[in-house]
Amino acid sequence: MRNIVKKIFYRETNIALLFLAPSLAGFALFYLLPFGAGFYYSLMDSPIQGSFVGLANYRELLQSDSFRLAAQNSGLFTVMGVPLVMAISLALALMLDRALPLRNWLRATYVMPLVVPVASIVLVWQLLFDSSGAVNALLTLWGGAAADWMNSPWARVVVLLVYLWKTIGYNMILFLAGLQNIPKDYYEAAALDGAGPFRQMWSITLVYLTPTTFFVAIMSIISSFKVFRETYLIAGDYPHESIYFLQHYMNNMFQALDYQKLTSASFLMAAAIILVVVILFRFERKFHGSVS
Amino acid sequence: MKESLKIGACFSVLLILALIMLFPLVFTVSNSFMTEGEIRFNYRMEETDGGYVNLKWIPDWVSLDQYKALLFDRMQFLIMFWNSLLLVVPIVVGQVVVATMASFGLSQFQFRGRETLFFLYIITMLMPFQVTLVPNYLAMDWLGLLDSRAAIILPSIFSAFGVFLLRQFMIGIPRSYVEAAKIDGAGYLTIFVHIIIPMSRPGISALVILTFVDYWNMVEQPLIFLHDAFKQPLSIYLSRVNEGELGLAFAAAVLYMLPMVFVFLYAENDLIEGIQLSGVKG
Repeated sequence: MRNIVKKIFYRETNIALLFLAPSLAGFALFYLLPFGAGFYYSLMDSPIQGSFVGLANYRELLQSDSFRLAAQNSGLFTVMGVPLVMAISLALALMLDRALPLRNWLRATYVMPLVVPVASIVLVWQLLFDSSGAVNALLTLWGGAAADWMNSPWARVVVLLVYLWKTIGYNMILFLAGLQNIPKDYYEAAALDGAGPFRQMWSITLVYLTPTTFFVAIMSIISSFKVFRETYLIAGDYPHESIYFLQHYMNNMFQALDYQKLTSASFLMAAAIILVVVILFRFERKFHGSVS
Repeated sequence: MKESLKIGACFSVLLILALIMLFPLVFTVSNSFMTEGEIRFNYRMEETDGGYVNLKWIPDWVSLDQYKALLFDRMQFLIMFWNSLLLVVPIVVGQVVVATMASFGLSQFQFRGRETLFFLYIITMLMPFQVTLVPNYLAMDWLGLLDSRAAIILPSIFSAFGVFLLRQFMIGIPRSYVEAAKIDGAGYLTIFVHIIIPMSRPGISALVILTFVDYWNMVEQPLIFLHDAFKQPLSIYLSRVNEGELGLAFAAAVLYMLPMVFVFLYAENDLIEGIQLSGVKG
């Protein structure tokens, strides 16, 4: 009997692997191996016939001002942007989670930015936030002072707006689905026990949304990196220093053929990302475990 | 009474935000029907007197000149449109096939290391393109694929995102369906083709749309892997048309987003359902 079970188990594994094979092969070839090779290169003084230099590249990298600036900007943007976009999306999802006129139209409109091409957004953004753009036109009309939005610390806010505009819809859809999965009688029971709206929000809504929140956090982190594309198209290789991100740094190192700095920078970034995901997983397991 | 007040407040906030969301889209479309002269005048292309841009909504004179110039007067636009399709279609088809199979393996089977493998996919999905840039570049150089479309298409087909999205979706399909089919004597291939794929339709549609949009918009990959100007996709052209020929930029943007808008309108419900179902299960 045990042998039969074992046999089936092995067969199941084999069949699963058969279906996974194409993906695993490509995944290993184009992602895992390059990643390992990247780490290896980061310890050498040249990718071609280099010699082993240990952590020298990392030391040099950490002393570089432009790397520190880029790492700080990227970290700050993700740390501030992700919770903000999640809070706004959740608020909108809560508002939309009732019988409203035009509900389907509203929902579709919020998703629409997903399919609007980056380059055309960049065009509109330039017309709005250029130093002689429409925002400044309005400001001076109302007696305010014009600002050079893209060439001042305000640039961070502008990029944040692009990020919000682009990410809110997707997150909102996810939260909406999560909300609809919470049985309504939980709220009724809690209300009977005398729980107020805030207590209900805290102990029912947020707790039961944990798996969704985890997923939304992952997707929002990805988009917080992807906003580089818009930034790059708006401001080019060397934008204002407040929006000089790690990807700018890596791109520029690539152009400068400084592969050592690039590979060590990418490895540090990868390490930071892995750390964040591990922490998120821990949180999810803990909260999710306490629910069930 | 209190409830209707609440609905009114929610509705107003949502409506105002929705209009802001729509603004870039509506603005681009309406400006694409202006003549080049009108655009240049409103957006101060040649004046340096310190004046401001004047956002204009309704064209003085509805004209199709911009479209005509793009579609008939210069080949470049159509060539690049075609280039975009040559890159994006193989990526989308390839990724859907590979990811559907892999997600079936990851969601409907039990085996050791399953969760670890999924974790690896998630980590990889989060890495920006630049992280594996150097080794990828060297590998493509070694394979002789630099300056060819394959250098972009091949890695993109195996992107972890598809596996992640569809695995999230398929884990929600009860195993009892598969078990029942097995008892009826169906092989795994039959189960995959006749049960899993039809049941995953919203997830697959969402994946098609999201990858299509993502790669239709790609900028970094072609800049690095395709130096040949004749192979560059439309996204690169559009990022440059903004600088020089503003007159054409709006119409170019509209033509550029047409395929995506059609896909969106056609499969909007599937997209929303696909995104929703993928996010519910842990």
